[in-house]
Amino acid sequence: MRAAIVVFPGSNRDGDVERALVRAGATVERVWHAEPELPAGVDLAVLPGGFSYGDYLRCGAIAGRAPAMEAVRRHAARGGLVLGICNGFQILCESGLLPGVLMRNANLRFLCHRQFLRVERTDTPFTAAYRRGQAIDVCIAHGEGNYFADPDTLARLEGEGRIAFRYCDATGALAADANVNGSLNAIAGVLSENARVLGMMPHPENLVDDLVGGTDGLGLFESLARAA
Amino acid sequence: MIKARVTVTLKSGVLDPQGKAIEGALGSLGVEGVASVRQGKVFDVEIAAADETAARAELERACERLLANTVIENYRVELV
Repeated sequence: MRAAIVVFPGSNRDGDVERALVRAGATVERVWHAEPELPAGVDLAVLPGGFSYGDYLRCGAIAGRAPAMEAVRRHAARGGLVLGICNGFQILCESGLLPGVLMRNANLRFLCHRQFLRVERTDTPFTAAYRRGQAIDVCIAHGEGNYFADPDTLARLEGEGRIAFRYCDATGALAADANVNGSLNAIAGVLSENARVLGMMPHPENLVDDLVGGTDGLGLFESLARAA
Repeated sequence: MIKARVTVTLKSGVLDPQGKAIEGALGSLGVEGVASVRQGKVFDVEIAAADETAARAELERACERLLANTVIENYRVELV
């Protein structure tokens, strides 16, 4: 698998996602946000976490209009794989590649801790290595991760099975207090219509090594390596 | 140069936890009678345009493309 990580001013998780991709067997290139094209032959475009443009205006709003995002849009239109993590999810929503918006966490706090996610689908390029309903132990680190969409959009997403992950407890139950940021329907990750674009607030790239506490995040990158 | 003020506000029905926090803070400061607070953004813009109609049209384009996220926000353009 060939992956291109798009780096914006203020991206800071590009190194971590690169490490996770390499561990899963991918070849990784960096693409500066001002580039008008992705390298030819790239299978996966990655928008890493961080604080692109200092979160000015709205999180991901300015990055969502960067020249490289036009290239990512064309890549997605060709059926290419796109993964946006944390700020990358915010950028995907702001650019219109995914519906909805990430709002300020309901409790107004920046949340930075381990978090279980329930895997809702395993028939996607991002989740094939997991079991359906599995509770995976990853991390969150965000102030604006509260997923919101209008009722029609939300009904469409649910009806089309486009929720990849939901916040859950250790048993996989959708307990109210497990939905830490107040997201509608406890949504932690959203897929495009063709399930080739995934945006998610949590950080699977944090948990790819037993040395730092677990490897539950590795399955996502291994799924991608298998799919591409 | 035409001067304009663009106001971006949350649509009704969209939860505004920041507005709620400000509302609570005003109450604890003893500001009386505040029924609700919604936080928004104001942009003061100077724009070169042929006339006011053109300026307004360009600023509305700016709102649609960047200044507002129309999933959750409304915008208003005023020439000042």
